[in-house]
Amino acid sequence: MPEVPKPEELMKIDYRPPERPWMETKPEFRGGRFCNAASPKWLEALDYPYARTWSVTDEDWNLPENWKDIVLESMHDRLNRFRSLRLFFDICVRCGACADKCHYFIGSGDPKNMPVLRAELLRSVYRRYYTVAGKLLGKLAGARELTEDVLKEWFYYLYQCTECRRCSVFCPYGIDMAELTILGRELLSSVGINTEWVMASVGSCYRTGNHIGAPPHAYKDMIDFFCDECEEVTGIRPRPSFNRKGAEILFVAPSGDYFADPGTYTFMGYLLLFEYLDLDYTISGYASEGGNFGYFISHEMGKRLNYKIYSEAKRLGVKWILGGECGHMWRVLNQYMDTWNGPADFLEEPVSPITDTRFENAKSTKMVHVTEFTADLIKHGKLKLDKSRNDHIVLTYHDSCNPARAMGLFEEPRYIMRNVCNNFYEMPQNTIRESTFCCGSGSGLNADELLEVRMRGGLPRANAVRYVHEKHGVNHLGCICAIDRAVLPPLLEYWGLDVEITGIHEMVANALVFPGEKKKTVDLRDRTLKGVEPEEIEEEE
Amino acid sequence: MGFNLACYFSLFAVIVLVLVPFVGAAAGWHVIFGIVIPYLAGFIFLAGLIYRIVKWARTPVPYRIPTTCGQNRSLPWIRRSLRDKLENPENTIHVIGRMALEVLFFRSLFRNLRTELRPWREYPEGGRLLYWSTKWLWIGAIAFHYSFLVVLSRHLKFFTEPVPFFVPFVESVDSFFQIYVPAVYMSGIVLLAALIYLLVRRIADPKLHYLSLAADYFPLFLILGIGISGVLMRYFFKVDIVAVKQLAVALVTFHPTVPEGIGVIFYIHLFLVSTLLAYFPSSKLVHMAGIFFSMTRNMAGNNRAIRHINPWEYPVRVFSYMDQENMFRKQMKAAGIPLEKDTEE
Repeated sequence: MPEVPKPEELMKIDYRPPERPWMETKPEFRGGRFCNAASPKWLEALDYPYARTWSVTDEDWNLPENWKDIVLESMHDRLNRFRSLRLFFDICVRCGACADKCHYFIGSGDPKNMPVLRAELLRSVYRRYYTVAGKLLGKLAGARELTEDVLKEWFYYLYQCTECRRCSVFCPYGIDMAELTILGRELLSSVGINTEWVMASVGSCYRTGNHIGAPPHAYKDMIDFFCDECEEVTGIRPRPSFNRKGAEILFVAPSGDYFADPGTYTFMGYLLLFEYLDLDYTISGYASEGGNFGYFISHEMGKRLNYKIYSEAKRLGVKWILGGECGHMWRVLNQYMDTWNGPADFLEEPVSPITDTRFENAKSTKMVHVTEFTADLIKHGKLKLDKSRNDHIVLTYHDSCNPARAMGLFEEPRYIMRNVCNNFYEMPQNTIRESTFCCGSGSGLNADELLEVRMRGGLPRANAVRYVHEKHGVNHLGCICAIDRAVLPPLLEYWGLDVEITGIHEMVANALVFPGEKKKTVDLRDRTLKGVEPEEIEEEE
Repeated sequence: MGFNLACYFSLFAVIVLVLVPFVGAAAGWHVIFGIVIPYLAGFIFLAGLIYRIVKWARTPVPYRIPTTCGQNRSLPWIRRSLRDKLENPENTIHVIGRMALEVLFFRSLFRNLRTELRPWREYPEGGRLLYWSTKWLWIGAIAFHYSFLVVLSRHLKFFTEPVPFFVPFVESVDSFFQIYVPAVYMSGIVLLAALIYLLVRRIADPKLHYLSLAADYFPLFLILGIGISGVLMRYFFKVDIVAVKQLAVALVTFHPTVPEGIGVIFYIHLFLVSTLLAYFPSSKLVHMAGIFFSMTRNMAGNNRAIRHINPWEYPVRVFSYMDQENMFRKQMKAAGIPLEKDTEE
């Protein structure tokens, strides 16, 4: 793993741009700032072009001979298919409002991390080949030839954008860097430039069903293990079903929730809640991934992975689909799935079997967010909750980028948190809701190779957590994103914050009072609850 | 190329653009500068802008990708304030509201913040990020666009006979402070002040200076040139207003004539305006039309309720359930997972 400067070193950020104009500077491929090249096996498995062995630090990237024609042809094709690309190339006035909104610019001071300049990296090539001024005046008109150096620069900076869309909130024309990043990464893929981290996840997901490469039987094994764990700490054993036809609901979670702590506690939370409700649901080993790393790099690959959810819902004959806590998963489910793989006319408009609430907002996709589902249960008084069981937790909430800026899911999780926890404090207002900061590791950048980039990009979030930690003694950061749960613990540890990361449904399960349950002395993580004397635990044992 | 050069180059280009009609008008080429060039510029403006708009309009919007800045519509008891509806529209009415806020009041720019990393000894890492509300750019942008609009509408009096009812009204409001004869228009002063602010900001802010292109300085210098020549013409080097109006009306009624005796300063003003018109469609200034097409703003966030159709969506290669079962049948059976096809039976 590459060395990362110490926090106090990393904090010495120089926001002054270099002397040399940006067209004359080149990125330096240093450890911690780039992802390794994808190995050919993944590309071959996915029918991706130009599978080959190459290395980012090599001078020669071993590009196909006519790489330039291919990239330009790919750009041309996308200019005719995506209005966004053409429009966002044409209308930027470089007002700079987006500049200090990007967490990577804030954390690095690298001017090419200002969204406007990151977009210029692509736009300059568009100008050279698609505008009269660019063809005639060249650099003077902000245009430049497509060269291998330009391609390398794209690779470096397009993989320092997490597609979080914070800049698009502040842009007076709504220019969306995520759109440019995805399409830019498509251009890179067209000549076989991909990262190992993303392609391994995508390749695994394509064949086994999920990013972590767990085949159905392994997934079932993990769920059985969570049931054991649930039984051990609560005395209640959930009874989920697997690939069961005729269930009412198909439940899809992100693989991060069954891969590692603390996501696993969120998964246990789902299982306990569904057990409490005696919900008629099933989990699939085929549609075993809610997340979608394919979407990070290509619309087509996103669609190929997303296909599994509807197709499995159809095969199992369920009525509707419930989705777990995951950020970009919900960007895809909310803004793309229906267009890609719909219409879901074989499903029914979702109705909560517990409250009879009709989820009209999901009447076309037929997929409901689990926080919508649970907020509705609490509102109807269907859950017996003992908030005091979360009294050892002082909570704040990190709005994940996509549920915030591609959905507007703000109140549902907050409503749940206020009902399951007595101590809840918001971070400063310019760091939450639509202005929320990315964890710094989204869009396929959660690789350890990128550790420095991640720690820099996570600075604004960590710093906002610091604020509530110092002021209110916050010791838990709630979130509804599996990538958050995976990457925020190392981030907060790096920045020296003694704050744990928790999913919202872990908090729900902690507070849930089962009929006839044994006396609760510990939470899902086997930590002693507040007010419980040590001898009480011994008595239990 | 150094980007200081971009600034100097733009200034130099505008100076040349001033000298051309200066020399030309003095040489008596009034027909060229009074008729041919304005018509040509007007044609390029219209044709160019239409071309741009048609090009955007004909390119599909494959996905519905609004940037949502407010609570979405989900459960009936979750309150949606007016702000939520305007920032996360669920229907066309809301979208119109959101777009009106963007176009008329620059809503998103109003959100602007300044991020500052300040040394902070209480924090172990030694620094704290602060976010300040900053409205300067918003004020500058509003001042520039609205004063430009007022100036433009005042100019209608040169092109129309009779003059539309609102023009004298705009004029009288605009010259409310009668501090000079002829009455000084506030819009002219505000326009020049806003332009100077936008220019100084671009040069003085190192980040902005670093990313700015000639295409960012040129329009500022050009419009400054237009504004200054207009002010000079009105207050200092008087021109024959009757003759100017004769020319303007003749132009718009397509009976072009060039009256004698219009001062050279008028031809400079007109030539710079012509340049702006001709430059407009191929420049960043098309944001004027482009903002209406912005899909992160003009689409409703009702994705899960109403399906969006992509006209070019095509079938893709997928890995089906049966592909997976065929791959793992044995292990799945051993784990007690139901199968579609049990080959061992």
